[in-house]
Amino acid sequence: MTALPPPSAKKLGLVIDLDTCVGCHACVTACKGWNDQGYGAPLSDQNAYGSEPYGTFLNRVHSYEVQPDTGPAQVINFPRSCLHCENAPCVTVCPTGASYKRAEDGIVLVNEDACIGCGLCAWACPYGARELDAQAGVMKKCTLCVDRIYNENLPEEDRQPACVRTCPTNARHFGDLGDPDSAVSKLVAERGGYDLMPEMDTRPVNKYLPSRSKGPAAEIDVLAPLLDVKTTGFAGWLDRMLEKF
Amino acid sequence: MHPAPSVILFTVLSGAGFGLLAFLALGAAPVYGLQAFLLWGLGYALAVGGLLASTFHLGNPQRALRAFTQWRTSWLSREGWASMAALLLLAPVALAAIFGGGLPPVFGGIGAVFCLLTVVATSMIYTQLRTVPRWNFWTTPALFMTFALTGGAILSGQVVPAAILCIVLALLLVAAFRLGDRRFADAGADIGSATGLGAVGAVRVLAPPHTGPNYLMKEMIHVVGRKHSARLRQIAIVLSAVVPGLIFLFVPPFPVVLGVAAVIHIAGAMVARWLFFAEAEHVVGLYYGRR
Repeated sequence: MTALPPPSAKKLGLVIDLDTCVGCHACVTACKGWNDQGYGAPLSDQNAYGSEPYGTFLNRVHSYEVQPDTGPAQVINFPRSCLHCENAPCVTVCPTGASYKRAEDGIVLVNEDACIGCGLCAWACPYGARELDAQAGVMKKCTLCVDRIYNENLPEEDRQPACVRTCPTNARHFGDLGDPDSAVSKLVAERGGYDLMPEMDTRPVNKYLPSRSKGPAAEIDVLAPLLDVKTTGFAGWLDRMLEKF
Repeated sequence: MHPAPSVILFTVLSGAGFGLLAFLALGAAPVYGLQAFLLWGLGYALAVGGLLASTFHLGNPQRALRAFTQWRTSWLSREGWASMAALLLLAPVALAAIFGGGLPPVFGGIGAVFCLLTVVATSMIYTQLRTVPRWNFWTTPALFMTFALTGGAILSGQVVPAAILCIVLALLLVAAFRLGDRRFADAGADIGSATGLGAVGAVRVLAPPHTGPNYLMKEMIHVVGRKHSARLRQIAIVLSAVVPGLIFLFVPPFPVVLGVAAVIHIAGAMVARWLFFAEAEHVVGLYYGRR
C-alpha cells in the first residue's frame, strides 16, 4: 500500500556530521559494494571505464564552499542519500504500491518485483535520493542496509548500514531517532541537528549536524620561516666575515 | 525536467482524444454511420494510442497492470482507472452512434465526465509535485483541461466553442508562462535550504559528487534548449491557439479546413507540452548548483 503508515515509534535513520566529514567518498564506495550483492537488483554501471561513465548510486558526496559574512570560506563535504521522510512524497505517488514506508521502523523501501519503473517517485523526492537503475529498470534507493541491521548472521558491530560502518571519521551515525534517549537523538539535540529543505514539508528522519564554528583564523605568513635563513659551516663563516667589511 | 517524447506524445494525444470523446459523448456533433465510425474511431485511437505511448518510458512495462492498485493515494493510478472507465462506458454510446439505436443521453453524460476526470488525473500527476514549483500551481490542471477541450472542440468541428476555447487557451498560456517564471523563487528552496548551510553563509558548489552525468541530471536537470524558450513560447501560442482561432472565426468550416486547424493546433500543443517539461525546474538541481 502506498498510503503512509501512522507515524511509527521507532524511526531508524542516519545522523550525518558535516563537521567531521572529510569527503573521502568511502561511504559511497561501501554502499555501492554492499548493494551490488544480496538485496534486490545490483546497482549497475554503464560504460564504467569509458569516456562517460554512468551508474546507479544510493549515496553521493557533494562538496560546497560556504562563505560566511566575515572570515575565510569553509569547505563542507555533504553526503546526500535517502532521508527516510515521515511524510514521504515518494511513497504516496507510486501507482503500484512498490514504494512503501515500513510501519515498524519507518524505513522507506521499494518492492522491486512490483516496480514498473515509471520514475514518478524520483520526481517527487526533493533530495534526489532515488535513481532508476538503467539495467534493471527499477527504482533504487537507500535501504538503510535493512539486510545488515537485522542480520544475526553478521557480528554485532557489523549490524549497521555499510556507509556508517565504513566511515573513517565517524561522521555518520545510525540509530533510532524516535527514541529521545538514543545516542543519535542526544547528538541531534546537543549539536543542533537540522532538516534539509524543511519548506518541502517532508519531515525527514535523517538529520545533519552543522559544522562547528572555527572562530577567526590566525594570521599566517607561510613565507616567514623561509626569509629567516641561518647559514652554518663554511657558508656561515663567509657570511659573518663578509658582514664585517 | 527531461521532455521525454513518449510522455509529450501521450499527454497531447490522449488529452485531445478524451476531449473529442467528451464532445461526442455529449452529442455535440450528431453523427451517424460511417461518419460516426471515423470520428469515434479517431477519439479512441488518440486516447488509446496515447495511453500505449505512456508505457514506452516505463522500466518494466510488463507490470503496468499493477498501476491499477493504488487509486486511493496515487494520481497515476487514478488516471488509469478514469481512462479505462471512460473508454468502457463510452463503448455502447459509440456503437449506438455507428450502428443506430437510441441510448438515453445519461450514458454519454457519465462517459464524458470520466473523460474529463482522466484529464484532471493526468494533470494532477504533475500538479501534486512540490519539488517542481512551476507545475505545483493551478495553471497546470487549467492548461491540461483547456488543451483537451480545445482539441476536442476542433476535432469534433464545434466552430463556436473552438473559437472561444482558442481565445481562453491563448490567455491561459500567457498567464502560465508569466506566472510560472516566478514559481521557483516563490517556493522558497535554494542551495542554502537544500544543504542547510545557508545559516553559515553563501553556498557555492566546489566539487560535484561525480564527474559524469547520472539519472538525476538526465531526468530532472534538463537544460538543453531552454535558450530558445522565448521563441518557442510564441510558436506554441500562435500554433495552438491564435492560428486555429483565426481559422474558426474567418474561414468557412469545410472538413479540410477543420483538418488543417486540428493539425496546426496539435503541433502547437506539442511545442507547449515540450516547454512544459523543458522549462520545469526540479529542486534537486539546487544540490548541483544548476536548475
